[in-house]
Amino acid sequence: MAAVAAFLILKAVPALSANKGNFFTAFGWDPEGTGIFGVAALAFGTLVSSLLALIIGVPVAVGVALFISQYAPRAIARPLAYVVDLLAAVPSVVFGLWGAIYLSPNLIPLSKFLNRYFGWIPIFGSTNQTYGKSILVAAVVLAVMVLPIVAAISREVFVQTPKEHMEGALALGATKWEMIRTAVLPYGRSGVVSAIVLGFGRAVGETIAVAMVLSSTYTINWHFLDPGGNTIAANIANRWGDATGAVSQGALIASGLVLFAITLVVNFGARVIIRRGKAKA
Amino acid sequence: MTTTVDDLSLARSSLARAKLPWWSPVVVAVGALLVTALIFLGASLHGYVSFILIAAVLYLLAQTFVSLAVEGWRHAKNRLMTSLMIVAMVLAVLPLVGVLGYTIAQGLGRFDSVFFTHSMRAVAESDPNGGAYHAIIGTLEQVGLATLISVPFGVMVAVYLVEYSVGRFGRVVSFFVDVMTGLPSIVAGLFILALWVLLLHQGFSGFAGSLALTILMLPTVVRSCEEMLKLVPVSLREASYALGVAKWLTVVRIVLPTALPGIVTGVMLAVARVMGETAPVLLTVFGNSAINTNPFSGPQASLPLFVFNEVGQSFDNAIHRAWSGALVLILIVLLLNLIARTVARFARVRG
Amino acid sequence: MAKRLDVKDLNLFYGKFHAVADVNLAVPPRSVTAFIGPSGCGKSTVLRSLNRMHEVTPGARVEGKVTLDGEDIYASGVDPVVVRKTIGMVFQRPNPFPTMSIRDNVIAGLRLSGTRDRKTLDEVAERALRAANLWEEVRSRLGKPGGGLSGGQQQRLCIARAIAVRPDVLLMDEPCSALDPISTLAIEDLIGELKKDYTIVIVTHNMQQAARVSDQTAFFNLKGAGQPGHLIEIDDTEKIFSNPGQKATEDYISGRFG
Repeated sequence: MAAVAAFLILKAVPALSANKGNFFTAFGWDPEGTGIFGVAALAFGTLVSSLLALIIGVPVAVGVALFISQYAPRAIARPLAYVVDLLAAVPSVVFGLWGAIYLSPNLIPLSKFLNRYFGWIPIFGSTNQTYGKSILVAAVVLAVMVLPIVAAISREVFVQTPKEHMEGALALGATKWEMIRTAVLPYGRSGVVSAIVLGFGRAVGETIAVAMVLSSTYTINWHFLDPGGNTIAANIANRWGDATGAVSQGALIASGLVLFAITLVVNFGARVIIRRGKAKA
Repeated sequence: MTTTVDDLSLARSSLARAKLPWWSPVVVAVGALLVTALIFLGASLHGYVSFILIAAVLYLLAQTFVSLAVEGWRHAKNRLMTSLMIVAMVLAVLPLVGVLGYTIAQGLGRFDSVFFTHSMRAVAESDPNGGAYHAIIGTLEQVGLATLISVPFGVMVAVYLVEYSVGRFGRVVSFFVDVMTGLPSIVAGLFILALWVLLLHQGFSGFAGSLALTILMLPTVVRSCEEMLKLVPVSLREASYALGVAKWLTVVRIVLPTALPGIVTGVMLAVARVMGETAPVLLTVFGNSAINTNPFSGPQASLPLFVFNEVGQSFDNAIHRAWSGALVLILIVLLLNLIARTVARFARVRG
Repeated sequence: MAKRLDVKDLNLFYGKFHAVADVNLAVPPRSVTAFIGPSGCGKSTVLRSLNRMHEVTPGARVEGKVTLDGEDIYASGVDPVVVRKTIGMVFQRPNPFPTMSIRDNVIAGLRLSGTRDRKTLDEVAERALRAANLWEEVRSRLGKPGGGLSGGQQQRLCIARAIAVRPDVLLMDEPCSALDPISTLAIEDLIGELKKDYTIVIVTHNMQQAARVSDQTAFFNLKGAGQPGHLIEIDDTEKIFSNPGQKATEDYISGRFG
């Protein structure tokens, strides 16, 4: 890991020193031209799209995990789990393709609906009433990619709930949902948390699908329905083609370092949470 | 007499409760559909996605209220949660069906011999011809090389961790494998880019891509090998030691063959995952529109990269090629997955 | 409170497998009935059918009647959830909910049925813990997690939890088999006190325990290999252990098999 960081820093430094703007706060990406490039908008896009993906995807994933482990009859539980795992096997390019060509236009009615009735909430506001390849679409695609990871791990944990706790709850006169709430969910809490963190890491690092879905802009825009947006990873992919000089290459590498740092912090934080959760139990 | 009957009926109602008949969800569903249809006619909306959405929301609301009135709060909540779980399940299956179906529909168009035997050399993006041959070759070579490197190395690391490791070094290695699992693929690509391509001036090549893919494959291979090795019963190893067989020979002759089917499964799943990786390949292999069968010199093409590039073009013919490329990719990946699972089940039967 | 249980023509199945056949017995209110017999003869299965826990196992089926003061708990329209509140159960391995405090464990059943008032919950918790002979030991740490107690204390906690909802019948499935002898004695004493207020049915592997604790004893056995379990004999405990009617009973009691 140290080696990775070292080499990346090496390559990034000349670019950083040539940066005419502040790397962390500037917007825009023009290393060769105006010489200003900054990760602010990119980091914003990365974090926002990943968090949105979690908000959309985690409840569905936990619901799926509970359904397969607690509700489905044995006969269809295994095939269902297999189907959800298959979702993880689909390469990200294909998701990007589907997201850009199919999902993006098809989410326009929903975007219009959200804007019309919930537009007073800032994130559903719209700058100029155009919709399309927005952060919302990217978040949905990311949610679909995060879902199988969170669902598979959660399912493993739920299945391991000791039978005596589940029966204890039922014997007290609990309905099925109450039993799940009392015995299954508390038992699986730390497992689900680690699953969420893993999913977050995946979303943050996802490059291609996002690059294909978002048309790059470099501003911090809280209107999630507006087209455009960018993440660190997608930016690297998009701008790599015309990064011919050491400066532009170094700039992209520098942004990659930021992404790497974010990933490390997230993973490390997860370990701390899990360890603390285990100590409490 | 009356007291007894009253007592009995009171007692009877203490165990029984008002319960919705089993056919009530069906009735509520039909009702929701009808009401939605009326809303659609009245407000002249369209689109079947919206129809399903509105009907689903109406159904959930109606079901909950009816249950609340008849069965009480606890059971209404129970029914609502059950319905929500089913909704979640449907929501999870839909994208898979959607993506697969759409890819098949769009991709079959260019599933012709030209596609599989030609590259994009001297083919303009707007042309209807051109194919992915170069990309397929490239991907196969890059993934093949990556497998050749990561499997022996990964198995050795796993063997070390399970059989030999004691103390701090083993824990450090294990920790690093864990961290590597979470590495975003593009960072792996950046690393190889900085180190191999730029610093060591090796330039873009298929091999550079293999190195990046190896970084991504290793943790998966190591982890699944570890799991499989741990499953081999201690008694088997001890039987071998008791015969006077040295440790490393035991590992090679007894432990590994027993764990082999599981290891194969793990490797195949790692290969399937890495086959679809675009980002690291983008940065290290760079892409090529002509056929380059030498992975050690010069940029190559790659299937996921091919799809990525074609989508970026705004020509219809390019988009068609992209879909077909995606279809090929998905088919290969799904096939690998299927084989891996079958091997796993076969291995479990042998036990 | 403390109702009588009557079992008539009870047959229990796991899918196609006929586990227990033709059980007929009566459990008087405010008494302790022990189920004894060798492993695998269906004692626990019969016990679990008394509070409709048997059907929780996928494929499990019940035929026959089980009536609580005359009301058939298997009648259509009867809610298993209500049945389980009326007929409580203590399991073989103590199973306090690990993420809940001691207090929350005791009132778990009440919370589920909607009681919210803090004062009521506290009063009930104290009453139940006192009745389970656990109050003095835990009164100063009610907020600590339930998993931090010893095995015997945990089991008494589970008993407290079961009686907090004031069931009519208390079922105990080998409650002492995972405990040390001292804790076992404590629980047996507790059963002696509880029977003043509750009808109790206890499954036990330990014949001496059955003799110590119960008013009437039911002996279950398999009639042959591959046969379903049957109720061989049920009578006052004193009679079963001194002068049983069936030869199989006598063989079991005197340790000739089991």
